[in-house]
Amino acid sequence: MSAFEFLMQGLGTAADPMMLLYALIGVTLGTAVGVLPGIGPALTVALLLPVTYRLDPAGSLIMFAGIYYGGMYGGSTTSILLNTPGESASIITALEGNKMARKGRGGPALATAAIGSFIAGLIATLLLAFLAPWIVKVALVFGPREYFALMVLAFVTVSAAFGDSALRGLTSLFLGLALACIGIDQLTGQARLSFGVPELLDGIEVTTMAVAMFALGEALFIAGQRLQVEDEVTAVKGSIWMSRRDWARSWKPWLRGTFIGFPIGAMPAGGAEIGTFLSYATEKKLTKHPEEFGNGAIEGVAGPEAANNASAAGTLVPLLTLGLPTSATAAIMLAGFQQFGLQPGPLLFATNPTLVWGLIASLLIANAMLLVLNLPLIGLWVKLLTVPKPWLYAGILLFATLGTIGANPSAFELGMLLGFGVLGYVMRLFGYPIAPIVVGLILGPMAEQQLRRALSISQGDWTTLVQSPIAAVLLGIAALALIVPLILRARGKGEVLSQLAGEED
Amino acid sequence: MSGNRHEPPRRRDTAALIIAAGLVAVGGVMLWDSARLADLGGYSGVGPASVPRVVGFALIGLAAWTAIEALRGDFPQRPPQNAVPVLWIVAGLAAQLMLLHVAGFSIATGILFAFTARAFGKRNLAMTIPIGIVFAFVVWAIFSQLLMLHLPAGPLEHLVFPRG
Repeated sequence: MSAFEFLMQGLGTAADPMMLLYALIGVTLGTAVGVLPGIGPALTVALLLPVTYRLDPAGSLIMFAGIYYGGMYGGSTTSILLNTPGESASIITALEGNKMARKGRGGPALATAAIGSFIAGLIATLLLAFLAPWIVKVALVFGPREYFALMVLAFVTVSAAFGDSALRGLTSLFLGLALACIGIDQLTGQARLSFGVPELLDGIEVTTMAVAMFALGEALFIAGQRLQVEDEVTAVKGSIWMSRRDWARSWKPWLRGTFIGFPIGAMPAGGAEIGTFLSYATEKKLTKHPEEFGNGAIEGVAGPEAANNASAAGTLVPLLTLGLPTSATAAIMLAGFQQFGLQPGPLLFATNPTLVWGLIASLLIANAMLLVLNLPLIGLWVKLLTVPKPWLYAGILLFATLGTIGANPSAFELGMLLGFGVLGYVMRLFGYPIAPIVVGLILGPMAEQQLRRALSISQGDWTTLVQSPIAAVLLGIAALALIVPLILRARGKGEVLSQLAGEED
Repeated sequence: MSGNRHEPPRRRDTAALIIAAGLVAVGGVMLWDSARLADLGGYSGVGPASVPRVVGFALIGLAAWTAIEALRGDFPQRPPQNAVPVLWIVAGLAAQLMLLHVAGFSIATGILFAFTARAFGKRNLAMTIPIGIVFAFVVWAIFSQLLMLHLPAGPLEHLVFPRG
């Protein structure tokens, strides 16, 4: 069957009323967390993992994907009206979007963001649907060494290629890898680093770590800040509809943003924000109104907003076809698949096509739902921004601990939550990125297993790792991604890289 | 003065040195633990101890790099922090941890809720603790009764839902 037929079949699955309900819950939650500063889609999916343990796998995954897409929409609202990005992929939107809002053009800014997100989401999801079968075909020839090389590449790009310090990125990554070693060794059954503590034999729970790092670490960091900035919400004045001129200036940035964002999301480069920076730079260069940039140029909202949605869809390409997460949210979603005993990758397309195609098709539906949620109902989300900080963070911590207690109501687990929360706080304080430690914990055991399999096949011959052309090229790119930024930083050109810093989403 | 850019003098960063020491400790523990594992490499020559050993050495290497940056003062400036609100949240989490199985989810989590609110500026605990307990109880009822999540019940929960 062709991708088109599979997609039609998937739409049949996704149109089931229960699935529609899951998608609706997902996009609504996603928009809400996107709007709220301080919590993002990665954290929300992590919080929901224990709650969805007893629910339907397909429905839960559809909900998670809806949260991811919704977060990309919701983030723009906060950026435009509050000048505080709701999540990292919307930092750029704040540059022009908030200026537009202050000039009383908040409505068109929100509209171009929402419509651009819709168009980008639509095109990118279709690209995902038509690309996935091809990549699955390629991936079927992947053996352990190719997978190992792919994971090394992901490690390097997530930790060292971007951000302001390779040292801190790598330290965070290796702490994650160290935590990943805890527990029973998958191949020989020996207990590693468990120090006779039975709770440690199962390893560190990914959700506990992610929730602690993202929710507790962030809450502690915000609470500790001496200068509490009082945010001011800019009211939306006038019509929210775009004028003919706004449309004329927006459609090209939407398309360009989509085609910049999608491949960047699909590459193992850690997150949606990089595409938004590139899209902004492109629009600034191509615009016919350079004087407006910095004072509220609509292109500067349209392009990056399209790019961040397209890269959310792009992230799903390696996640679904290779089982390789390229952003923190994707990494947590991978944990979600594993919770239901599913391993994303080429085999999943063969063994469980209904689920995969239902998931992809539901993204198209979720995207349409989000357009409705974010344009006519924008007033509701703006109200969400007026929740006072004490209640907001108290609520976040309540739900953060609820997830952990629901999964395992033991004092030991809560103690780990607290410990990792403090670690997350210290890491934020000293400028250590959070994504590498999470990715290290999730991908570490998989990378180790693939490495040991590859070496078993070759009977201990290490050169096997570079004897396959695909693996050699991937490892070569990984080496470049490690070395080139180091040279750039040494030559004092590090600012660009630190601007591209991958954060949690 | 010409050419003086008013940079703060680059000094030894004690906090970063402590981080480096911590990394050495973690790396050392990994090496120590991997040394006692029977290295059943089998065909691959890479056994259960190999990866922890590599990670352990890498952490020690990174610790050395951290120490160099710390001595040169290359670490970024840290935003000034207030310790008190941070400690309130930590205290709230610790209180929840200790009370959870004694007092049940609602009371333990209500206290966490109130302490967090206090850290962010709502100081009146006499008001926020009851609000927190009521809110946590509503959440408990929804998640344990409707979504079948196992959340520890205490006296309050048993009072309203005698069969828990």
